[in-house]
Amino acid sequence: MAGTVTLAARGAFSARSTATHATTESASVRWILTGIALLFLGVFIFMPLVVVFAEALRKGLAAYWDGLAQPDARSAIELTLIAAGIAVPLNVVFGIAAAWAIGKFEFWGKSLLITLIDLPFSVSPVVSGLIYVLLFGLQGVLGPWLAEHDLQIIFAVPGIVLATIFVTFPFVARELIPLIQAQGQEEEEAALSLGASGWQTFWRVSLPNIKWGLIYGVILCNARAMGEFGAVSVVSGHIRGRTNTMPLHVEILYNEYQFAAAFAVASLLALLALATLVVKRMVEWRAQHQSASSLGELA
Amino acid sequence: MRGPGLRKGGLEASPFRDHMPLTFRKRSILPGFGLALGYTIFYLCLVVLIPLAATFLKTASLSWDQFWHIATSSRALASYRLSFGASLVGAFINLFFGLLVAWVLVRYKFPGKRLFDSMVDLPFALPTAVAGIALTTIYAPNGWLGKPLASLGIKSAYSPLGVTIALTFIGLPFVVRSVQPVLEDMDKELEEASASLGATRWQTFSRVVLPTIFPAAMAGFAMAFARAVGEYGSVVFISGNMPMKTEITPLLIITKLDQYDYAGATAIAVVMLVFSLVLLLPINLLQKWSGARKQRLAQALTPEEAVA
Repeated sequence: MAGTVTLAARGAFSARSTATHATTESASVRWILTGIALLFLGVFIFMPLVVVFAEALRKGLAAYWDGLAQPDARSAIELTLIAAGIAVPLNVVFGIAAAWAIGKFEFWGKSLLITLIDLPFSVSPVVSGLIYVLLFGLQGVLGPWLAEHDLQIIFAVPGIVLATIFVTFPFVARELIPLIQAQGQEEEEAALSLGASGWQTFWRVSLPNIKWGLIYGVILCNARAMGEFGAVSVVSGHIRGRTNTMPLHVEILYNEYQFAAAFAVASLLALLALATLVVKRMVEWRAQHQSASSLGELA
Repeated sequence: MRGPGLRKGGLEASPFRDHMPLTFRKRSILPGFGLALGYTIFYLCLVVLIPLAATFLKTASLSWDQFWHIATSSRALASYRLSFGASLVGAFINLFFGLLVAWVLVRYKFPGKRLFDSMVDLPFALPTAVAGIALTTIYAPNGWLGKPLASLGIKSAYSPLGVTIALTFIGLPFVVRSVQPVLEDMDKELEEASASLGATRWQTFSRVVLPTIFPAAMAGFAMAFARAVGEYGSVVFISGNMPMKTEITPLLIITKLDQYDYAGATAIAVVMLVFSLVLLLPINLLQKWSGARKQRLAQALTPEEAVA
């Protein structure tokens, strides 16, 4: 759940005074604590990352490209792009609408609504997939009706898209809500009083203000959409070349002992994760920079 | 599970705080409330609420006795023990090391600090299946760490220890990211006051710093635990998946589904759903507590700002 740290929280802190003797530890304690912390991060964070690339390239570049060039790998990449390409825009539209309603207005039941929006984060990925099987599967509530009309959702692409939408549902909304709340509504009120229409105000005033938060939400949403495994695994049916996303393809290759190919596809997903972290860092830097410059204007 | 920053500038920032509305919505000159809220609720129902309701509907087709029989079968109980036990151990490991990592990242300077800081989020960004096969390769009997551990007679992959390792990995960022902003916002004056009154460094830490970051640490702990209980992708490769021994609850659901035992899968899913809903409450409370504490501290420490 990558959204736990919001821009508002990370961008808001100001420069701290430097440590004095009375409020810091002796050099040896500092070295030991830093050493233990970095060893922990090294074993739990860096080693898994390194092993992905080491295993992917162990049999050479040719084997690496072979793993990526298999037709099944190609179709898995395509399906992953399709699922994310549908799920992310839908959740962006929802996220903006939810953030507008929650961030700009006071109404009854608001905190319940926020809790409900966060709900998909607390549901196990496997259960997230299962609920769609129970709704659309042959044994499910709508199953007989769907079968009658020759529509297949479970063990087909629509099911994968639905499960992806569910698990990535809160990302954009929860990134934007605190941001829009913090912004207040003076700027919008000014625009409206100068004669701008509602949509003009939204496009020219509100949206530029939340631009960086939106980008951040989109990349988190996208990373999860492309990487989701449990939920998609339940609804996919694992039909090679048809209903396999990249993470599912990794699983199949790994279970068939095609380690080089499995890690080759996995390395693409690891690169996506690294790119996500880089963009996150950039957006945080932007937000910090902006809050610093606006503070400067005030003073 | 809500981020610690979500409440920043929320209701408190509203000029209308003192007279909350008796009507459904507070008056505002901004347009679009009906459309935005209407679409939000429509989409929420379509994607989340109706499918979730269907799960409970499906369980209702089971009698209570049947449900109880499936939910408390010995295989299910063994899976709960492993899932909850390993998640709890993982969350405790993350509580301890998360505090340490947050402390080191906020308070100390060392080369590569920004890199380490950014990489803390890796478990959030790395697809779970990738994490799963990477951890399995490291801890397999011939792996980088699995081999030395095996020579010590410790079986890491394909054992409950392997499950714990995977669940520690995926919960790693929660405590760090929950505690970090609180430590950053904490004023040095408190610690200086404590030191000037003769407290040792350890006394200052345990009596001044620790109480301040405690709510945030517990919120991170609870989130790491909740996440770990439902985790599937990173565990399924390293666990070995032996029924009664190394079978986690989400895997049991999948196994039952593969055998077309929809009733069984649903019953166990409902147990997990109820558990995660129940856990939402303390997580929300802890986050509120942490936020309120932070605010009180900020007010107490800057009287000149409070006056202005």
